[in-house]
Amino acid sequence: MAETVLSLRDIHKSFGGQEVLRGIDLDVTEGEVVCLLGPSGSGKSTLLRTINHLEPPDGGAVFLRDELIGYREANGKLVELTDRVLARQRAKFGMVFQGFNLFPHLSALENVVEAPVLVKREDPEQARARARELLASVGLADRADAYPRHLSGGQQQRVAIARALAMSPAVLLFDEPTSALDPELVGEVLEVMRRLAARGMTMLVVTHEIGFAKDVADRVVFLDGGVVVEQGTAAEVLANPRRRRTREFLTHVR
Amino acid sequence: MSTETPLAPPRPSRPADTRKRVKAPLHPGWWIGSAIVGLTLLNIGNVVVRSPNLDWSVVGEYFLSTDVLLGLLRTVELTAIAMALGIAGGMLLAVMQLSPVPVVSWAAKSYVWFVRGTPLLVHILFWYNLAALVPAVAIEIPFGPTLFEANTNDLITPLLAAVIALSLNEAAYMAEVVRGGLLSVDPGQREAAKALGMTHRQTLRRVVVPQALRVVIPPTGNQVISMLKASALVSVTSTPELLYSVQVIYNNNFKTIPLLVVASAWYLVVTSLLYVVQHYLERRYSRGDRRG
Repeated sequence: MAETVLSLRDIHKSFGGQEVLRGIDLDVTEGEVVCLLGPSGSGKSTLLRTINHLEPPDGGAVFLRDELIGYREANGKLVELTDRVLARQRAKFGMVFQGFNLFPHLSALENVVEAPVLVKREDPEQARARARELLASVGLADRADAYPRHLSGGQQQRVAIARALAMSPAVLLFDEPTSALDPELVGEVLEVMRRLAARGMTMLVVTHEIGFAKDVADRVVFLDGGVVVEQGTAAEVLANPRRRRTREFLTHVR
Repeated sequence: MSTETPLAPPRPSRPADTRKRVKAPLHPGWWIGSAIVGLTLLNIGNVVVRSPNLDWSVVGEYFLSTDVLLGLLRTVELTAIAMALGIAGGMLLAVMQLSPVPVVSWAAKSYVWFVRGTPLLVHILFWYNLAALVPAVAIEIPFGPTLFEANTNDLITPLLAAVIALSLNEAAYMAEVVRGGLLSVDPGQREAAKALGMTHRQTLRRVVVPQALRVVIPPTGNQVISMLKASALVSVTSTPELLYSVQVIYNNNFKTIPLLVVASAWYLVVTSLLYVVQHYLERRYSRGDRRG
């Protein structure tokens, strides 16, 4: 059996008295692709953001292999880590955002090179060579010197994926990566994600693309009201949902 | 009467020569407006060139005189120092205003409110007359020895009072400029930087500041130009900057207008240079934002 890479234990999170996550447990094994589905407001994006501590969870724990993320234990209490240690931990996750969030003042190549050189202290020449390979792998070898505003949404998102991959993350987190794209550009981004999954990348994907989940996901997790309602293989959850809530959701998105 | 109504009016016949240029007739307002402006300029020009009170030879005589050049140098110095301190103070105040600690942000906001609500001339006079409020300044360890003691009037020279007043005033305005710049950067940018493993400082230095600069540079250029001109106010404290230098000269020779022309010409020269620098900086920092 494959090794567990990521473990979430009883994750809780509230915003202004409203509990968005109400005790979530999830284990992700090496090379697994997990799709998080659920209606808007179900907490799936928030859950993704607690994993790399962009949203500090109020309760519960995130483990990357055996490392507790975001906190250290002191006298039986959890204390938030310093900025420097947090940054080092976050570098182990890759994140792809709905709005791409490329750095507009840097070219595509510079976007990919920035973090490896700044954070991992990689040799700039080697980092550039690697970045060119990564851009080629997402089909953008000829757009390396373009600035984000001159790229289409699909191209920007592919650069963002290359940027995340440049840090050689243990897990890639996707937060609705195709939701901001024009319909005709969705396919090129999903295609890149498909190839990553095939290469054995461990991926957690918040998405509304049921087709992608059906084809690529090893496991589908359905969230609603801040809890996991149902999970299983794509065939189980998508073809034969056991819970009424899941069935209702699926009839609406299809 | 025809039973068929034509759907379209008959086509006009083509003009013989289709290459003829279109010429818009001139509106009578064009003539009237031009005449008023022209006459006004002629009158002003007549006064400027021919008036015996605006003696151009005096302008030429003093334009490069040592006193005027020294005054110009002092004005440029004052502007540079006050601007540098003002930008530093403005950055500090902007970060304070955005601080999550209520006391800190409140203090910064109050400072900005106070300074922007009171005239710069009053600040200059206040610092110049500080001795009237605090006669002596001392640094001492409580219940211990006095490390440093000085008479305020010896310590705060007119020049230092000018620098303090201009810098403290500028800091309040620059705080608003810098704050606007920092807020203009999309929050998603900080998130992306964090997610890539950048520390708070790395995020600020490599992601937020370069993008904020693009927004901050044009108004900062305007602030420098304003500062250059506002520094003339410190002439009230007999600080020998450009304006005071020409005042000293015309108080002796009564060539008031020619010497004001000398000062104005120098202000124009320096502000024009600053416009060029500002234009160059704006282009440099709009990288990635140019259309086309």
